Parts: sequence; structure tokens; C-alpha cells
Amino acid sequence: MTAAPEARSAAPHVPAAAPAQLLVARGLRKAYGPTPALEDAAFEIAAGEVVAVMGPSGSGKSTLLHCLAGIVPPDAGELRYQDRDMAAMSDRERSALRRRAFGFVFQFGQLVPELTCGENAALPLRLGGVKRREAARRAAEWLDRLEVGDVADKRPGEVSGGQGQRVAVARALAAEPRILFADEPTGALDSFNSERVMTLLTEAARESGAAVVLVTHDARVAAYSDREVVVRDGRTRSWATA
Amino acid sequence: MCIVVLMISHTLLGLLESGPRHGYDLKRAFDDRFGKSKPLAYGQVYATLSRLLKNGLVEVEGIEHGEGPDRKRYAITAEGITDVAAWLGRPEKPEPYLQSTLFTKVVIALLTGRSAGDLLDTQRAEHLRMMRELTERKKGGDLADQLICDHALFHLEADLRWLELTEARLDRLKAEVAL
Ligand SMILES: Nc1ncnc2c1ncn2[C@@H]1O[C@H](COP(=O)(O)OP(=O)(O)OP(=O)(O)O)[C@@H](O)[C@H]1O
Ligand SMILES: [Mg+2]
Repeated sequence: MTAAPEARSAAPHVPAAAPAQLLVARGLRKAYGPTPALEDAAFEIAAGEVVAVMGPSGSGKSTLLHCLAGIVPPDAGELRYQDRDMAAMSDRERSALRRRAFGFVFQFGQLVPELTCGENAALPLRLGGVKRREAARRAAEWLDRLEVGDVADKRPGEVSGGQGQRVAVARALAAEPRILFADEPTGALDSFNSERVMTLLTEAARESGAAVVLVTHDARVAAYSDREVVVRDGRTRSWATA
Repeated sequence: MCIVVLMISHTLLGLLESGPRHGYDLKRAFDDRFGKSKPLAYGQVYATLSRLLKNGLVEVEGIEHGEGPDRKRYAITAEGITDVAAWLGRPEKPEPYLQSTLFTKVVIALLTGRSAGDLLDTQRAEHLRMMRELTERKKGGDLADQLICDHALFHLEADLRWLELTEARLDRLKAEVAL
């Protein structure tokens, strides 16, 4: 039958444009020797979105993150960044993309022990071709924002685990990545400081329109995300936002 | 946050200990601090006050004659103060939450051949949704609001851990309930 007349005469209904996906992965598989780490993983994230990746230990969260970030090549599956096939890129193109567009926060051993925290925070900017003084200035701003400006001249070995983690977050954000990949970024923090860092991190991401892929065991941390993807035995399951 | 009815009487009494008030002021003081999402009904305030009066925990300090049905000023008595002290000094009984609805649902799902994993996943998503809401609310709230939200968040988190642990043990549980 025909639609109700009111519906016809109403202003044309434009569906809210689906947010353009920045990164899309389908059917990702990855095995380490005989151990399957990812069986059939799917993931997508739009600019400005914060997506939590949750799931039991050993389920494949870090492997998924590494595949998404182009650090580990998947055995099979499709991976597209801004509609470009990442598998078709050369290693050089991929590492240029990582440097230019991706930021990383990992739980362990991420700061260079020989450099000061300030130099560490400036490192991605320097690698991206930013002049020393400008890089130092921007790094210092981010260290202040993450409330660790006072440790800029110390080496990572001389600061607490939590301070080091904040320095790592500042370092990742200073380069203004399109996507921030964070693997347990609050792992070394107590719950008060975890929340502080998550507030700063999500605020910064929203301001710059960056997407955040956030691996976490901590539901209180995941509560800062827009939605979650659960990994179980290498398979993903997503929930739509309500 | 809903406050257990039993607690209301002690709370009103405690507010009176900080200074005598009219029934209406008392209600407002309560709502401002504890009843943002669930204000007290006048009837409840007056019923509670008359019970406290009968038990000698409060007294009428003065009556103002004017309009309005009740212009009585209530003040706490020495007995009332002792009662507040006893209430504050008594620890709350930690709720054991044994045999919760969730546990029952999981067992029934297993017994009826449904997917307990799906049930747990759906619940987990719902818990996280609620945690997001509270986290959002916390951002705009004052300190009291934040602490109330945090209390709820820690409880939800505990539930969530239980959901994950149960998920990891479903196979064993299935074998056990099948016996
Ligand atoms: N470099 C590697 N070599 C061999 N096996 C690996 C490697 N990295 C991961 N694995 C295996 O792949 C599976 C998934 O590991 P992954 O690190 O992705 O899990 P996870 O979900 O991040 O766990 P956690 O919460 O403990 O960090 C595990 O069985 C793990 O042992
Ligand atoms: Mg991991």
C-alpha cells in the first residue's frame, strides 16, 4: 500500500549519515605456530570514537590490536585504513602510516630508558620531522596536561610506574594521531589515577577527533568508551550502542 | 540512588541533630543531599516525625501560628542523639547476594539447554551500559554526586567480574548442574 500522506509531505528524512569508518577489519586470522590467536575477528572504528576491547586473558586482544595497527601482519582477512587496503601496502608505506597516523600506548617497556621523559614524549614528533625545539615545546604541553610536567627531566627509571604511563600517554597524544592504540594504558595506575588518565585521554581524543582503541580488563576504564568489542577465543563480538 | 526506607528515619533524625527545623525544611535538607533522584513525600516526613515524637527521640520546640498546617519546629532530644550515635556506630550488614537472580538464570539456562554464555554476555553489556551512564553523570556532578556514582560503579564492577568468572567456568558448572 502507499505510505501515509503525512509521511510523504514531511520534510525529506535524511538518515543520520553513518560515521565514516576510519579503520575496518573483517575475518582477521592469526596463528603463532600451532596456537590460533585470532580465529575470525571483525572490528571497525570511526573518527572520534572510543572503543574498548575486552575479554579474558589470552583471548587475543593484544594480537587484535597489533594486527589493526599494522604491527603484526594477519594470516588472513581484510584490513582497510581510510578505505585503503593495508595488506597491499609495502612495509615502508605501512610504517610511514604508523608513524604519521597512529599512536601507541603499551603497558611495558615503552619508554626509551636512556632518554628523559621529556625527550621520550617528543620522540614521535621528532621521528615525524618536527624540529627539536617545537617538538620539545609540544611534548612539554602534553606532559603538563597529563600532570607529569615535573618529571620531564627525569629518566623513565627514576619515575613511578604510574608517572611513566602518563608520560607514555602524553607521548602518544603529542603527535596528534588519527588513531590511538592503547593496550592496558592504565594498567599501572590505581583506580583514582586510572580515571584521571581516562578523562584526560578521552577529552584529548574528542578534541582532536582521534579514534581510540582501548584494550582493558578494567570495566571502570571501559566505561569511558562509547562501545565495546569482546574477544573470546580469538573471535569478536560487538554491541551496538543503545 | 534509592535509600532504604528504614534508613530515612535515622537520616532525618541525624539532620535534626545539626539543628532544629520545620518539617518542610527537613524535607528540603534531605532532598538536597540524598534525594536528588527520589525526593521524599511530605506524608512520609510527617509520619516519620510523629513516630520519632512518640518514641521521645524528637520534641516540638515551638509552634508558629500562621498559615500552613504545620509550623512546628522539631528538635532532637538527648535520647535521639544517642540513637543517631548508635546507628552510625553499627556496621551495615554486608549483603551476601547469594543465590542472586543472575545465578539462578545461569543455572536454568544450562538446565534447559539454552546458551548461558549469551545470557552472561547480554548481562555484561547491560552492566557496562549502566556503568557508562554513571561515568557520564559523574563528569558533570559535584563531589557528593561523584561519590554516589562511584559507589554504584564499584558494585557494578564486582558484578561484572562475577559474570566473567562464571563465563570462564560455564563448562564445569554445566557438568555439575547436569548431575
Ligand atoms: N608472540 C607470540 N608468540 C606466540 N604466541 C603468542 C604470541 N603472542 C600471543 N600469543 C598467544 O596468542 C594468544 C592470544 O594472545 P594475546 O596476547 O593476544 O592475548 P590477550 O587477550 O592480549 O591476553 P592478556 O589479557 O593476557 O594480555 C595466546 O594464546 C598467546 O599465548
Ligand atoms: Mg594483552
